[in-house]
Amino acid sequence: MTEAALRIEGLCKSFGSLVATDDLHLDIAPGEIHAIIGPNGAGKTTLIAQLSGELRSDRGRVSFAGRDITSMSMPARSALGLARSFQVTSIFQDFSALDNVALAVQAQAGHSFHFWRPAQKDPRLQDPAREALARIGLGDRGDVPAANLSHGEQRQLEIAMALATRPSLLLLDEPMAGMGRDESRHMVDLLQGLKGDHTIVLIEHDMDAVFALADRITVLVYGRAIATGAPAQIRADRAVRAAYLGTESSTDIGDA
Amino acid sequence: MNRQQIWISLITLTLFAVVPPLTVLFDQPFYLDMFARIMILAIAAVSLDLILGHGGMVSFGHAVYMGIGAYAVGILSYYGIDNGFIQFPLAMLASALIGLIFGAMSLRTSGVYFIMITLAFAQMLFFLAISLEEFGGDDGMSAARSEFAGLIDMYDGVQFYYLIFACLALVLYLLHRLVLSRFGMVIRASRSNEKRMHAIGYPTYRYKLAAFTIAGTICGLAGALFANLNEFVSPDVMHWTHSGEIMVMVIMGGIGTLIGPVLGASAFLLLEEYLPEWMEMVMTNGGEHWAIVMGPILIAIVLFGRGGIHALFASRGKIGVKQND
Repeated sequence: MTEAALRIEGLCKSFGSLVATDDLHLDIAPGEIHAIIGPNGAGKTTLIAQLSGELRSDRGRVSFAGRDITSMSMPARSALGLARSFQVTSIFQDFSALDNVALAVQAQAGHSFHFWRPAQKDPRLQDPAREALARIGLGDRGDVPAANLSHGEQRQLEIAMALATRPSLLLLDEPMAGMGRDESRHMVDLLQGLKGDHTIVLIEHDMDAVFALADRITVLVYGRAIATGAPAQIRADRAVRAAYLGTESSTDIGDA
Repeated sequence: MNRQQIWISLITLTLFAVVPPLTVLFDQPFYLDMFARIMILAIAAVSLDLILGHGGMVSFGHAVYMGIGAYAVGILSYYGIDNGFIQFPLAMLASALIGLIFGAMSLRTSGVYFIMITLAFAQMLFFLAISLEEFGGDDGMSAARSEFAGLIDMYDGVQFYYLIFACLALVLYLLHRLVLSRFGMVIRASRSNEKRMHAIGYPTYRYKLAAFTIAGTICGLAGALFANLNEFVSPDVMHWTHSGEIMVMVIMGGIGTLIGPVLGASAFLLLEEYLPEWMEMVMTNGGEHWAIVMGPILIAIVLFGRGGIHALFASRGKIGVKQND
């Protein structure tokens, strides 16, 4: 058995009396797409925030590729190869799509205390950025200000930025949020294409996408993992059906 | 900075460059002094634009760095050190240091707290200056103009003017490069979305602190020139209203454009000079109430002229989207 890409041990987080993450233990295997599902308020986004370093955990330990990253800052985790996308699109609205990605490339290209040469004419930033845009299907949209991209394109740009930091692990917080059917299908293909190169922790409400993509699924309810297993296992799991899939119509478990 | 901004910069600088011959031609030395003052405040405003316009750091105590630059010259001159080659670097070094210290603490906060804490630090130094009896307290102190080993005669109005002009042009050029560099991209993007910056791996604090320090340093240069211009230094230089005026110049001219604040400084100081005269013509004692007109002008610019004076010259439709040329 290889070492876990990401190991979560006894992770806790509460906001006042609200327990968002409750003694969570989880191993993410290298190369897998591990989906985390659960009803609204299950603590999925809180978990992503804890894993990415945005939120400090109350207790527990997170290790990434064997290193304890529990008390590391967001930038430090990113430098180790842990990237995230945001549930609510978080891009540089007033920069072009290409510059958004170029900034992500620059982040991994050493320090940025370079004051003289124009960054936008630097092929060491521009070329990999163009590549990442092309890979994500935005190859011809590079010069468009990010604010003017369609919602679906902005979601793609989110992923392109995460990818441009050359991460080994991607934390994707609802990449399909607010997408139409075609856009979602496109995103599923895209994530399928990333499989193997990256370990992916995927939070998603689109159950078709989750069952199409995930190697394993963890079901989170009130901050607790009530089940972890292969998609077929999860479908069959009694506790999960009771807590979550009980309605049978698995597709209407959508976020508001 | 796009091509338009470069053109506006070149035209503005050309206009500044032809002021001395014109003042000699028309025998109006007063204007030489006037435009020297404008350019000095323009340097201060441009330095504020670096952190305010590009970095999104609303520093409400920026005049304090002018004060430090000015006092550095004044105090050195008091102790008989008139050499500009010593005064100017020390003035800038002192402002850089204070900028580094104030920035290091202020940048731990953000939003309204950042505005308030920068203001508080500035007020602290303002009252410190008032309490320095040795250096004139709130009456201020006189300062001889710097000596540059006979290379530049600061008492020659035209030479002094062109020294200021050279400083302004150099500052504009350096900051133009800086804004487009990797460093510039980082501070502009931090203004746009700091959380995202953290997520893609930037420890933004150190970059913002560097920008804050650079802005302080340049503003210190403006202060050193200001002390020379007035041959006098007083705590008024760092009064919070002065910080406010510099901020108004930036907003009036167009934040995040570098050349905009130069236009803003020009407009502000020219209005401040001539508005009272014009109002005196319209009504008796109108000059005393010039602020009644100045206020609405500022409000109108903020409300209707988003992008400031700069936007009047730059083509429409591109405002609001950062030009990345």
